[in-house]
Amino acid sequence: MGNPMKIRAASKDGVTEIKVLMSHEMETGQRKDASGAVVPAWFINEVTAKLDGKTVLQAQWGPSVSKNPYLAFKVKGGKAGDKVSVTWVDNKGDTRTDEATVT
Amino acid sequence: MKHVALLAAFLLIAGPAAAQSTGKPAPWGPGADDAAFAQMLKASFKDKGIAKLDRLNQDETQAFCSDPGTASGPASAARREKIEAANLATVKWPSDGKWLGDWREGEKIAQSGRGNTWSDKADQPNGGNCYNCHQITAEEISHGTIGPSLLGYGKMRGQGEDVLKATWAKIYNAKSSNACSNMPRAGHMGILGEAQIKHLMALLLDPQSSVNK
Amino acid sequence: MDRVSMGIAAFLAVVAAFATAAYAQKDKAQEGIEAYREALQDGNPAELYEATGEELWKKPAGPKNATLEACDLGLGAGVVKGAYARLPRYFADTDKVQDLESRLLTCMSTLQGIDTKPYVEAAFGTPPKEDMNALAAFVSGQSKDIPAAVTPTHPKEQAMYELGKRMFFYQGGPYDFACATCHGQEGMRIRMQELPYISSNKGAAAGWTSWPAYRVSSGQMWSMQWRLNDCFRQQRFPEPVYASDATVALSMYMAANALGATMKTPGIKR
Repeated sequence: MGNPMKIRAASKDGVTEIKVLMSHEMETGQRKDASGAVVPAWFINEVTAKLDGKTVLQAQWGPSVSKNPYLAFKVKGGKAGDKVSVTWVDNKGDTRTDEATVT
Repeated sequence: MKHVALLAAFLLIAGPAAAQSTGKPAPWGPGADDAAFAQMLKASFKDKGIAKLDRLNQDETQAFCSDPGTASGPASAARREKIEAANLATVKWPSDGKWLGDWREGEKIAQSGRGNTWSDKADQPNGGNCYNCHQITAEEISHGTIGPSLLGYGKMRGQGEDVLKATWAKIYNAKSSNACSNMPRAGHMGILGEAQIKHLMALLLDPQSSVNK
Repeated sequence: MDRVSMGIAAFLAVVAAFATAAYAQKDKAQEGIEAYREALQDGNPAELYEATGEELWKKPAGPKNATLEACDLGLGAGVVKGAYARLPRYFADTDKVQDLESRLLTCMSTLQGIDTKPYVEAAFGTPPKEDMNALAAFVSGQSKDIPAAVTPTHPKEQAMYELGKRMFFYQGGPYDFACATCHGQEGMRIRMQELPYISSNKGAAAGWTSWPAYRVSSGQMWSMQWRLNDCFRQQRFPEPVYASDATVALSMYMAANALGATMKTPGIKR
């Protein structure tokens, strides 16, 4: 389930800019905790973004992406009122989808 | 608690005396008199790890330098000289007459900021914290500017006896030459030992050191 | 002055002259870091904590099963917008000057019946104290773009300001550090971190308007109490008690010095 993402999307001159702030620990699997035990890898490995029902971005991420990742990208097209949805899947199989409306 | 009571007594001595020697009014407005301040300290801090409440007890230098009004200016010049002399008297010169250690070890000590915080262990060696405030080698760009640059320190001065003594004294007890220097008193406060200070001396003065190349 | 002192004084003069020349201009490393910090401004993870804080504000909790929505942060019960810009301040119901976190503890105790001792004693960033970071992010975010408006008028506010000033200059511990050691001059930095000159309006503004903040390097949301706590740790002082008078006094000193500056909270830091 994870924690909610914050999504902002704005359309201008035929281009929609989408900004997403995701809440995730993004553990690399390289860190050791205070007792010396390895903190297991736990990170988002797939991101999908849809605009008005159509997939506009797909990403494969690895452990080099930092905690609480911030993703910003531009899409040709789109207009105010369209629905944006962003989905992430992590290496444990957990997933989360959040939506926002383009302004 | 006893320690903080000592502090309160000390503040009561230090405060009025400062006002008398400069003829200026106390720098703190109503509400921040010695009793109120001591009470605030007592209620606001607690022991943690190796950092104990007795660290709030001030020595003469700290008490003097905590008042920005009296710490500087011509009126307190005599008092500053006395404090510098008292700090100089604490300097322990090298036990074997050798001044310089290994400059590479000195660089490690200068880079390390470890030690004396409540999250540090008492049995770990302390660092010198030097790069936090000083530029030292040309290669290390991550340096502070609270203290002057030490680039080319030895190249500019050589290794005459005066230079060796002045540099040693500054590292051992920075307040021996400047009563309210921002620099900690590494030897006097037990932050660094004799061997570590020798390594820092070498970092600054050894012609082979990166500092002087 | 004996020969050693004269030698020391002489070498210091040489060093000081050299230093002025070296630090006349901002170096390239500093410019690079500033560009990095600029880029960080977009997409501040503190927004995630603001959302969590708002949830905590509105969630019934404690033996009284009440929310914090009736909490008076100085502008009246439940008024959050603009409240952070006017803290710390005097509160008649507790007869003391309080900062945000101190006041939140008061509300949690009186409105919700919660025992605040675990919040005071837990380590920063661990439960239940971690809730305070989210609440601080939320409340401070409601003062974003509002000018800091703390003017000590009540006698206790004025006393707190003076106590904060005195605390700011108080040297102690094995390193003889005071807040002023790092924050008492213009244009200084520690390693690559620029240090605001807190006794000036500009410097106080730089510090006071940007905390609470999300620290990218540790992935943590830090409240001002956390920031002060870590300052004292680096100063080699004993630990300040959470929301104690010394910490409120220092916040009063900073907030009053920052008068008129625009709040940019919650901020983002390296």
